[in-house]
Amino acid sequence: MIQTTVPAPIQIASGDSAARVVVIIPAYNEAGHIAQIIDRVRASVPGAAVCVINDGSKDDTGRVAAAAGAITLNMPFNVGIGAAVQTGFLYAYRHDYAMAVRLDGDGQHPPEIIPALLEALQRGDADMIIGSRFLTAEPAGYRGTLPRRIGIRLLAWVIGWLTGEPPTDPTSGLLAANRRAIAFCAHEYPHDYPEPEARVLMHRAGLRVREVPAAMRERLGGVSSITTARSVYYMSKVLLALLLDAIRMPRWKG
Amino acid sequence: MMDRQTLVGLIVTLGILLGVLELVRRRRLREEYSLLWILTALALTVLNLWSAPLDWFAALTGIFRPTVLFVIAVGFFLLILLYYSTVLTRLADQNKDLAQEIALLRHEIEQLRRAGQDHPPAEG
Repeated sequence: MIQTTVPAPIQIASGDSAARVVVIIPAYNEAGHIAQIIDRVRASVPGAAVCVINDGSKDDTGRVAAAAGAITLNMPFNVGIGAAVQTGFLYAYRHDYAMAVRLDGDGQHPPEIIPALLEALQRGDADMIIGSRFLTAEPAGYRGTLPRRIGIRLLAWVIGWLTGEPPTDPTSGLLAANRRAIAFCAHEYPHDYPEPEARVLMHRAGLRVREVPAAMRERLGGVSSITTARSVYYMSKVLLALLLDAIRMPRWKG
Repeated sequence: MMDRQTLVGLIVTLGILLGVLELVRRRRLREEYSLLWILTALALTVLNLWSAPLDWFAALTGIFRPTVLFVIAVGFFLLILLYYSTVLTRLADQNKDLAQEIALLRHEIEQLRRAGQDHPPAEG
C-alpha cells in the first residue's frame, strides 16, 4: 500500500532530550558486542539515550544496535572515528542534550564508569571530563603495550608544552561533555585520530578539561585502528597535527 | 631554424593544451579546473618562443640558462598541485558534512515513518 502520509504530530527532538544525557558509541564491525554494551549502558545510566554511530560497518552492527533499542546513526560509508564521533555530538547538539558521554563500541570502556564521569561533570569545574587509565591508584586494568605507552608519554609531553596542561592519558576517548563542550565538538572535532588533537583545540577554545581515574579493558573484539605498522605514521601525523592545531585559525567560536 | 629544445617544449605544451581541451570537451574536466592548465600551457608556449624573459630570469637567479624554462614549468605545476590540494580538502570536508547529514536525516526519516505507522492518517 502506498501511503501519502502527513504524519500525526510527533516530537522527535523534545521527546529525546527529556533524558538530557546521551551516550555516544561509535562502532565499526562490532555486531558481536554492541548489544551487550548497549545493555550495560542502560543498566548503569537508566534514562539516558543511547546513540550508536555505525561507521560503515561491513557486518550487522547497525541492525543489531537498532534492535537493541539504540538510536542508530548509519554512516553511508566509513568516515573514520573522528567524523563518526562528531556525528554523535551533532546529534546531541541538535537535540539539545545537556550532557553527552562518549564510549567506544569495542568494550575498552566499561559502561559502569559513566555515572562517575557524569558526577564529575556536574561539579561544574570542567566542560569535559576525560577518563584516564593512568590515574588509577591500583596497577590493574589495561594500559597498553610498552611502545604504545612511550608514544602516549611523548604525546602528553607535546600537549603539555602547547597547552600548559599535560594530560596523563592523551589518547583516551572516554569522556563526558557538558553543553558547551558538546557545541564545540559538534562544530570542530578533528578527524583521523582525534583525541590528542581535541585536547589542544579545546584548550585554545577556552574549554576546561579535567581527567578522572578510569580502569580500561582490552577490547572485546574488532581491530584497533592503530596497528603496529601504522604507529610511526600515526605518531608523526598526530605530532604535526598538534603543532598545526596550535596555530590554526579556529573554525568555531563559542 | 628552431633548436631541439624549443621543439620539444612546443610539443609538450601543445600536448597539454590538446589533452586538457579534449577532457573539457568530453565533460571529464570542468572549465574552472582546466583554466590553470590552459594558462600554464600558454605561458610556457610564449616563453618558449620569446626567450628574452628567460635570459633575464636566468641572469637574475643564476639558474643554468637551458633549464630555466623547465624550472618555470615545474613552478607552474607545483602551483597547480597546491591549488588542487586545497580543492581536495574542501571536497573532503564537504563529503564528511554530507555523510553526517545523511546519517542524521536517515534516522529522522525512520522515526517519522515509525510515528506515521503508530498514527495512521485519516482517510480521505
